[in-house]
Amino acid sequence: MSCDFTRTALHGYLDGELDASRSAEFERHLEDCRDCAKALEVEESLRSALQRSSLCERAPASLRKKVRADLDAATAAPVAHRIPAWRWVAVAASILLVASISWYAWPRSGSGTANGVAPPPFTAAELIDAHIRSLQPGHLTDVASTDQHTVKPWFNGKLDFAPPVKDYADDGFSLIGGRLDVLGGRNVAVLVYARRKHFINVFVLPTKEPDTPIHPPGLRQGYQWLHWRHQGMEYCAVSDVSVADLHELAQLIYQ
Amino acid sequence: MSGIEKGSGSDVLDVHERARFEQLVLPHLDAAFNLARWLLRSREDSEDVAQEAMLRAYRFFRGFHGGDARAWLLQIVRNTCYTWLEKNRPVELMTEFDEELHPQPSVSPETLAIAGDNRERLGRALETLPPRFREVLVLRELEGCSYKEIAAITAIPIGTVMSALARARQRLQRALTQPPVQEASREL
Repeated sequence: MSCDFTRTALHGYLDGELDASRSAEFERHLEDCRDCAKALEVEESLRSALQRSSLCERAPASLRKKVRADLDAATAAPVAHRIPAWRWVAVAASILLVASISWYAWPRSGSGTANGVAPPPFTAAELIDAHIRSLQPGHLTDVASTDQHTVKPWFNGKLDFAPPVKDYADDGFSLIGGRLDVLGGRNVAVLVYARRKHFINVFVLPTKEPDTPIHPPGLRQGYQWLHWRHQGMEYCAVSDVSVADLHELAQLIYQ
Repeated sequence: MSGIEKGSGSDVLDVHERARFEQLVLPHLDAAFNLARWLLRSREDSEDVAQEAMLRAYRFFRGFHGGDARAWLLQIVRNTCYTWLEKNRPVELMTEFDEELHPQPSVSPETLAIAGDNRERLGRALETLPPRFREVLVLRELEGCSYKEIAAITAIPIGTVMSALARARQRLQRALTQPPVQEASREL
């Protein structure tokens, strides 16, 4: 009763792990194969049960405390005056290295990059700071709503532009609200999406620069971001979800 | 264990390494505990094992050269859990992973939705799965890991993650919709 697709491709499709051509192939197959359509429905229902179930368990405070004590015991006390000169050279070299990597990863100068794309009007550090700040208790949303028709009008009168607001709950990215933030010295709109236990901040601001594709991901302090420009808006999606997930959301917004 | 390298020199890390560890690895303590909790099926044991895994991660930290810190940590947590299981509950690890895929049971989404709405029942069903099925489900559905991350954490080839998940989901459906094994055998 089950065809070959049920065993494998269906799961890749469900998990968003098929490439575009295999995904399209499976969708075509789905139109003709009742077994697969039904199996997909069953799998989706199982998945949503698992995700709704709050089976995820957080580390108890006692564990957190014990881990910190272990780390303290395994960390040497700083002894600044005994650091030999060569280590300072090494530190200077690594700072230089990091600086040059950041320079390549996020060019900021007015001259733009080699391919002529103007850099975003804010730095990676500002972006990640804003993201981390938002994760502190009570900072994530100014307007908490899963309804795009509530979030969109909330921005009216607060900004001199109207950010596009859309919920992608059906694709696994639920809109949970919006807020105002400041990035690179100017007010920006932020749309907040939830992907399972993780939050994704999508910073939106107007731009006069031409459209760009979604740029390769940047990484800093364990957070990844994707940047692109589309129809007069500059977008930057930041999160600790996988790059694949982040890219999926970026593509949904880009469409 | 290709991703884990022996820390060079002493086990003691300096304050800079400590700060980097706190920034990159410590935020994933919840994920570490959650994976241990579902692999060991006991909060108490998993607290001990997660603690041990965090300390191991700290000592191996010099071998971490950037990349996906969560996957790196979860790989260590998983290895620590399996070492613990081998020592304390070796029977649990004796299930064959490559069992034949049985035909799909005819389950309606409605039946499944009702069964799945009961958190206790869902948790119990998950616990009846062999550890190697359980872990791919926990990583995918509870932690939201990509196939690439699951492959890195569980050391199975990326090409087989999809079929491992297919099997695991099928097992979970069966566990959810069929009576427990003991009751079934008593009826015979």
